[in-house]
Amino acid sequence: MNHLLSIEELDRTEIERIVAQAQRFAEVSDREIKKVPALRGRMVLNLFYEASTRTRSSFELAAKRLSADVVNFAASGSSVEKGESLKDTVLTLSAHKPDAIVLRTPWAGASELVSKWCGAAIVNAGDGKHEHPTQALLDVYTLRKRLSGGIDGASIWIVGDVAHSRVARSNIIAFQRMGAQVTVAGPPTLIPRGIEALGCEVRFTLDDLAEADVVYALRMQRERMSESFLPSLREYAAWYQINGRRLGPRQVLMHPGPVNRGVELSGEVVDSPQAVITAQVEAGVVVRMAVLYELLAGAREPQPDPNSPDRPENVKQLA
Amino acid sequence: MAANPLVQGPGVPANLLLSRAHVLDPRADIDAIHDVRVRGGEIAELAAAGTLDPAADEETIDAQGRTLLPAFFDPHVHLRTPGQEHKEDLETGTRAAAAGGFGGAIAMPNTDPVLDSAPLLRSLRDAAAREARIPIGFLGAITRGLEGKELTEMAELRQEGALGFTDDGRPVASAGMLRKALQYQRLCGGTIALHEEDASLSKGGAMHEGAVSAALGLGGIPSVSESTMVARDAALAGYEDARVHFQHLSCTASVQAVAYAKAQGWRVSTEVTPHHLLLTEEDVRGMDTHMKMNPPLATEHDRQALVEGLRDGTIDCVATDHAPHARDEKEVPFEQAPMGTTGLETAFAALYTGLVLPGILELGLLVERMTAGAALFELPTPTIAPAETANLTLIDLDGEWTAGEHGWESRSENCCFAGRRLRGRVLLTVAAGAVVYRERAFSVVAA
Repeated sequence: MNHLLSIEELDRTEIERIVAQAQRFAEVSDREIKKVPALRGRMVLNLFYEASTRTRSSFELAAKRLSADVVNFAASGSSVEKGESLKDTVLTLSAHKPDAIVLRTPWAGASELVSKWCGAAIVNAGDGKHEHPTQALLDVYTLRKRLSGGIDGASIWIVGDVAHSRVARSNIIAFQRMGAQVTVAGPPTLIPRGIEALGCEVRFTLDDLAEADVVYALRMQRERMSESFLPSLREYAAWYQINGRRLGPRQVLMHPGPVNRGVELSGEVVDSPQAVITAQVEAGVVVRMAVLYELLAGAREPQPDPNSPDRPENVKQLA
Repeated sequence: MAANPLVQGPGVPANLLLSRAHVLDPRADIDAIHDVRVRGGEIAELAAAGTLDPAADEETIDAQGRTLLPAFFDPHVHLRTPGQEHKEDLETGTRAAAAGGFGGAIAMPNTDPVLDSAPLLRSLRDAAAREARIPIGFLGAITRGLEGKELTEMAELRQEGALGFTDDGRPVASAGMLRKALQYQRLCGGTIALHEEDASLSKGGAMHEGAVSAALGLGGIPSVSESTMVARDAALAGYEDARVHFQHLSCTASVQAVAYAKAQGWRVSTEVTPHHLLLTEEDVRGMDTHMKMNPPLATEHDRQALVEGLRDGTIDCVATDHAPHARDEKEVPFEQAPMGTTGLETAFAALYTGLVLPGILELGLLVERMTAGAALFELPTPTIAPAETANLTLIDLDGEWTAGEHGWESRSENCCFAGRRLRGRVLLTVAAGAVVYRERAFSVVAA
């Protein structure tokens, strides 16, 4: 693995390998000194074009526990605001020779594009509404620990604003690769046309929610109201909120955070023992350690310098 | 209207002898090996192969094994002048056209400033008279600044040489506004060309809405955003007995709407691009920004309906919608990239490779559809016949090349076919009697 750009490109074996490695790192987190020297001398660059405290700090913590050096670069207040293109920002920061770049952008496919421009390993920390692969990996990790019967054959419902959710897309793929049956449910205005091509089932009500082993609620963003996707949050909550009445006693409840209490989840279910929301956050660090370790430890395949005259396309330009 | 609605830069009337060319012009019912003599820019003689002797003052071209076609006509190109000359200008754009075998083209008015007044058109025609390698015509805007609010001075634009009108790049959103333009057409004439898109449906979209957009998390543009507008405006044209041309059809429902309009006897025509005839939403999976265009690439079902529409004549002609963009504008994430692909230099070879070689379309039909655009704007159709002005393209149908391998004549390189192996190389183009393109490795037997 040279990059982690999407769940789409991982098969079940690769997902399992990362999850198993995360399990080993979980032991480190329980020690008094939580650091291992695995990535000493390596540099991880966090390049974030969107506000994010959780994902960014989770990656930062993961890198530091592996003894890597971490540099954070946020787009706001930087050269990006002066009009620098993504390509120029990446080329400039590449001059510092980072071993990995953790990239979050509001644009689908940006990570893949960046992987063609520089030699560092790229970790997609969210590209627009496309994918958020480390979220899916940490969700698989969390569920494996929680479901006694394993993920194979489990029924997982993903509920809410699927259309605008990169988490939904990565998780639909990841859960299915692990053998689960995935159903997406939400208001028809927020279920993208064609999503069933990913292999999931589509429902517009929660009438059959009882069949789920796992209920994965998505965050409902308030700006969807102004765009007329929903008449009101009140009506959304009435039809789609996961609350004590809808959530069965044996169902596991997940949420990528941050939670809107009283919107997609009622307060009582957030605080219930079925909720694994804090376990997901905890899993975030060890899974991201595993991803960085997978990409950076050992013999990484040598990456071509995109500006090298040895690269055939550069030669062609000169000719 | 101006005496000659097409303008071009200075060219030397050609004296040529094309010997033993396979001449194919379906309209003139020619499909045989001939010697063709061009004198003073006119087709002087069309004779049996091997019967014409070279004259002292003419260039002889051994065209054995080559195919001589009427030069193509493209009713839809963006030459980006004035205002966006970093993408294309009159010279580079028409050079690209000549290299693609085109002998004429019509430029769209969505420039900066918008081509919405007669003085601007006059200055642009003056510039074209110096710089354009092939004859080009211009459409004026329907509404000032393409804003859909006030009509341009359409009559004066016509007097200055506008071939017709379009707000291309944008729809005329208000049916009432379009109706006024259609009514005003009775005074000034000129085909009204329409980019059909209901922005309230397409807003926020980066590609066709469907399985691929759902998988990639890209905003979708549903096909109904086009087809509902085609149906609406066809009905308006019928009601006003106006002459409208639907630009770049992209989906089954639009083809059906046009077929219905034609069956009613309404005066509508339409065009389709090589990329909509050859590519689908599946080609967008890699999020290559060269595959981002408006209208977006749709489904395989839509693509087949477009091919069938072109074959049965529901779709009148091929247009490239040549839309150059600079490299730095396209070298960005998919959602940020501007829409459009270049097309002039690959149109024939891509369609020949993708549709003629596999036996889906006859070569003669493709040639007919690649030259039919002229008549839709009341221009003479390029024809291979004695006493006609020479508008010719000589092609090596077996010539194989990789699109973009030696760069482009266009200033921009954003071609959706870049890197593909294509068959059919343009060797020579004669437009309005002058040689406007010659393949660099072309061998001249005698001069």
